[in-house]
Amino acid sequence: MAFEQVKFYQTGTFTVGNRLLEPELRSVQADTTRTNSLNSGHRACQGCGEALGARYAIDAAMEATDNQLIAVNATGCLEVFSTPYPETSWQIPWIHSLFGNAAAVATGVAAAMRAKGRETTRVVAQGGDGGTTDIGFGCLSGMFERNDDVLYICYDNGGYMNTGVQRSSATPPAARTATTPAMGPEPGNVFGQGKNLPEIAMAHGIPYVATATVADLRDLEAKVRRAMQIRGARYMHILVPCPLGWGHASADTIRIARLAKETGTFPVFEAECGEVTSRLPIRKRLPVEDYLKPQKRFAHLFGPEPATATLARLQALADRNIRKYALLEET
Amino acid sequence: MDKPFAITLDVGSSLANHTGSWRTQRPVYLDRIPPCNSTCPAGENIQGWLYHAESGDYEAAWRVLVEDNPLPAIMGRVCYHPCEGACNRAQVDEAVGINSVERFLGDEALKQGWKLTPPAAESGKRVLIVGAGPSGLSAAYHLRRLGHQVRIVEAGPYAGGMMRFGIPAYRLPRAVLDAEVQRILDLGVQLELNTKVSDIRRTMQEGGYDAAFLAVGAHIAKRAYIPAGAAAHMVDAVSLLRSMEGEEKPMLGRRVVIYGGGNTAIDAARTAKRLGASEAIIVYRRTREKMPAHDFEVAEAMEEGIMIKWLSTIKRMGEGTITVEKMALDDKGFPQPTGEYESLEADSLVLALGQDVDLSLLDGVPGLEKKDGVVQVATNMMTGYPGIFAGGDMVPSERTVTVAVGHGKKAARNIDAWLGGKQYAPAPKHEAATFDLINQWYYADAPKTVRPQLDLVRRQTTFEEVVAGLDVTNALFEARRCLSCGNCFECDNCYGVCPDNAVIKLGRGNRFKFNYDYCKGCGICVSECPCGAIKMVPEPS
Ligand SMILES: Cc1cc2nc3c(=O)[nH]c(=O)nc-3n(C[C@H](O)[C@H](O)[C@H](O)COP(=O)(O)OP(=O)(O)OC[C@H]3O[C@@H](n4cnc5c(N)ncnc54)[C@H](O)[C@@H]3O)c2cc1C
Ligand SMILES: Cc1ncc(C[n+]2csc(CCOP(=O)(O)OP(=O)(O)O)c2C)c(N)n1
Ligand code: SF4
Ligand SMILES: [Mg+2]
Repeated sequence: MAFEQVKFYQTGTFTVGNRLLEPELRSVQADTTRTNSLNSGHRACQGCGEALGARYAIDAAMEATDNQLIAVNATGCLEVFSTPYPETSWQIPWIHSLFGNAAAVATGVAAAMRAKGRETTRVVAQGGDGGTTDIGFGCLSGMFERNDDVLYICYDNGGYMNTGVQRSSATPPAARTATTPAMGPEPGNVFGQGKNLPEIAMAHGIPYVATATVADLRDLEAKVRRAMQIRGARYMHILVPCPLGWGHASADTIRIARLAKETGTFPVFEAECGEVTSRLPIRKRLPVEDYLKPQKRFAHLFGPEPATATLARLQALADRNIRKYALLEET
Repeated sequence: MDKPFAITLDVGSSLANHTGSWRTQRPVYLDRIPPCNSTCPAGENIQGWLYHAESGDYEAAWRVLVEDNPLPAIMGRVCYHPCEGACNRAQVDEAVGINSVERFLGDEALKQGWKLTPPAAESGKRVLIVGAGPSGLSAAYHLRRLGHQVRIVEAGPYAGGMMRFGIPAYRLPRAVLDAEVQRILDLGVQLELNTKVSDIRRTMQEGGYDAAFLAVGAHIAKRAYIPAGAAAHMVDAVSLLRSMEGEEKPMLGRRVVIYGGGNTAIDAARTAKRLGASEAIIVYRRTREKMPAHDFEVAEAMEEGIMIKWLSTIKRMGEGTITVEKMALDDKGFPQPTGEYESLEADSLVLALGQDVDLSLLDGVPGLEKKDGVVQVATNMMTGYPGIFAGGDMVPSERTVTVAVGHGKKAARNIDAWLGGKQYAPAPKHEAATFDLINQWYYADAPKTVRPQLDLVRRQTTFEEVVAGLDVTNALFEARRCLSCGNCFECDNCYGVCPDNAVIKLGRGNRFKFNYDYCKGCGICVSECPCGAIKMVPEPS
C-alpha cells in the first residue's frame, strides 16, 4: 500500500480526517488551510468527479511542494468549467494552451523554470482521458521518453465529456457513448480496443506511475506526495466518475469509483521504473454487476434479457486485473 | 490599465458565480437518535457520552451520562443493556460494549471522587419519596437537581431496595452501591431509614409535602400450594436473598432445590451454591427457551455447577425429599402434566415464583386504579390521585433497575412541571438513525491487527462480575468502536468530498456548515457521511 494505515478503529483511515487524529495524520483535504486550488463557483456538473479529483490532486501537490507549483491544463471539462473568460476558479498559477499539447507545454514550463534557476518550482500537467490517451498522446510519450521533470495527471472519465460524451480510447468496453450507441448485435463500445495508459507509461520505464480514484483520498494524496519527491517524468491516472456521461446519480460519484476498485474493474497500484511496487487491495470483492448497474451507460446490459455473455466478458476483465495485480492479497 | 495583447477584461474569480442557484435540493445537518439511545429504558444519551469517552475525556462522558442516570457504576453491573441488542454495530461485527464502558465510567467517577452538580436554585417545594430503591433514588436525584427539597422514607435498614436485598453482592458489590447512593444524598437529599409509610396521605399531610413519588417495589413473594411435612424446610427466594444482608447467614443444607425460572431463581441458586450447597437444582415448569431468566445468567449459573430440571413441577415436599412431576408440551406449546413422578433429595426448597406489590399504604386513597396487583399511572407517571406519582416495580412495566431509574427521571420531570402548574413537554423526538443510513465502507472490516484485541475486550465484558472491568486503554478502544449513528463526530468527510468547496469547517467541537452560495445540491456529502448526520431536503421556494 502506498500509505501507512492508521490503526484507528472507529473509521480506520477511510475518512477524510477525524477530530481524534493528530493533525499530521489527517488528509490534506481535512485541513482548513488547504489550497482549494479549484475554488467554488466553477461550472462543473453537480457531483463532478473530475472537479473533486483535480482539487484532491492539486491541493496535495501544493502541500508537497510548499506551494511552488505551476499547472498546465489540456482542453476539456476541467479547463472549460474552471475558466470561462475572464473568470478563473484556479488559485494557483495555471496555463491552458491546446487540447493536445499539455505535456509539451509543461515540458517547456519546466525548462523555463530551470533556465531561470527556479528548480524548486515544480510543474504539473493535467488533462482528460481524451486529451491524454488520444490527441495528446504523442506529446505525452515524448515527455516520458525525454524523462522531463513533469507530473502528468490524467483524469479518466472514460470519454470526451466536454463535447457531449463521445468515445475515447479510455472508454470501457460495452459502454454506451454518443458515438458507440447501444444498438446492433454488440451494443456500446467494442471489446478489444482502447489503450491502457498506465501500462503504456510503465513501458516507457519512467520513474513513477500510479493509479488512483476519488474514492481513496488517503491513497491518492500519498501518491501525489510520492510523485513530488521524484524528479523526472511521472504519470498519475485518476478515475473520476462523470454523473452526466455515465448516467449515475450525482450523489453516487464516490460510491461508483469505490465500486470500480472493489470489483477489480479499475486496479489501483503504483509502479516505479516499470515495476509494480504496491497495490491497494480490494477490501470486499464484489461482482462487476454491482459497478455496472447504477450507470445508465451500461443499462442495455440489464434489459429484460440480461446480456450475460457481455457481463461475463466484463467480469473476466476484472478477474484478470485481480490476478495480474494481486488485488486480493493483503499488503 | 495596460492589458496584454488581446486582453480586454480584468481577471475575475469564479466566486462571482453563485452555483448554489442550480440547486433543487439542499443538504442539511441533523442529529438523529441512535438505536441505543432510543432503546435505553433510563433515556440515557449513550452516543453522547461515548462521544466524550472516545476522546478520553471520561469526566465529560460521565457528566453527560449522569444527566439522565445517577447510578452508572451500578448500571454497568446489573443493567441488562437492551442498548447493545439494538446497536447498529452488531450488523457490522459486534455490538459496542456499552455496558462495560458505562461501568468503567462509573468506577472511574468513584475512584476520582467526581461529584454530582448541585441545584442552581431552591424552589421551596417539598417532595416525599417512598422507597429508596433505584426508582426512588433516581426521582430524588432529579427532583433535587431541579431545586426541590426531597425526603426519602424507607422501610428497610439500608437504601437500595432490591439492588441491596435482591441482587447478590457477587454481581453488585455493596461498596459500589453505597458510594453511588451517598453521592445522591450529598446533594442534600434526606433519607429516613427504618420507617414504613402506612398511610400516604397522612404522611404527606404531616410532613407538609407538595407532592409524593411512590416506589415501593414488589417485595411480597408469590406462594404456590405445595403440601409439605412439618419437617420440610421451605423458604422464599426474596427472604433468602434479603437475609444475606443480615448478620446470620441462612442455613439451607447441602442439597437445595429452587423452584422458578426467573432471574431471582438463578440468583437464589447461585447464592445457595456460594453458601456451600453441594447441589443446587432449579426446577422449572417449561423449557429453556421459555425461561424468563436471561440466557447469559443461565449460562453463568450452569458454569458454576447449577443444575436445571426443565419441564418439571413440584408436587410435594417431605422430609429430605421432593416429588417432581414431569411435564410435556402440548401442541400449543404449553406444559401439561404427564402423571410421571420422580423424587429428588433436598434439604430445603426455595420458592422463586415472582413478587407482588404491597399497596397497603394506598388504602383509602380515592381515584386510584389498581390492576393485576399494580397501580395504574398516566403517561406523566401520576396516579389517579393528584400529586401522588408512582414508578418502578409497583406500576405496570418490565421489572428492572433500568426501567425503575427511567421512571424516576420521568416522574421527577413531571412532578416539577406539576408543582409549577405546568405540563411537562418532552423535546420532540428526532428521526431514527437506522442502519441503512450508515455508510459501512468507513467502518467495516477494521484493520485485522485490531480484531484479536476486540475479541479480548468482548470476553472481558461478557463476564463482568467475575472478571474485572475495562482499563483505560481498552475502555477507550471499546468507546471508539461506536459508529456515532446519526450524530456528527467530525470525521471531515463532508468537508473533504464536496466538489464545490461548499462546506465550511467550523473547528473542533463546532462541526460544519454549508455554504449555500455554492452548494449545487449533488448530495455526495449525504452519501459519504459515515453516520447519517446529513439529509437532503427540497430547496425552499
Ligand atoms: C433477585 C433479584 C435480582 C434482580 N436482578 C436484576 C438485575 O440484575 N438487573 C435489573 O435490572 N434488575 C434486577 N432485578 C429487578 C430490580 O431489582 C427491580 O426491578 C428494581 O429494584 C425495582 O426498583 P424499585 O425502586 O421500583 O423498587 P425496589 O428496588 O424494590 O425498592 C423499593 C423500596 O421501597 C421500600 N418500601 C416498600 N414499601 C415501603 C413503605 N410502605 N414505606 C417505605 N418504604 C417502603 C423497600 O424497602 C425498598 O427499599 C432483580 C430483582 C431481584 C428480586
Ligand atoms: C484540437 C481540438 N479538437 C477538438 C476539440 C474539442 N474538444 C474540446 S474538449 C474535448 C473533449 C475532451 O475530452 P477529455 O480530454 O476526455 O476531457 P473531459 O472533458 O472528458 O474531461 C474536445 C473534443 C478541441 N478543443 N481541440
Ligand atoms: S460532463 Fe462530466 S466531467 Fe464534465 S463537468 Fe459534467 S460531470 Fe464533470
Ligand atoms: Mg474525458
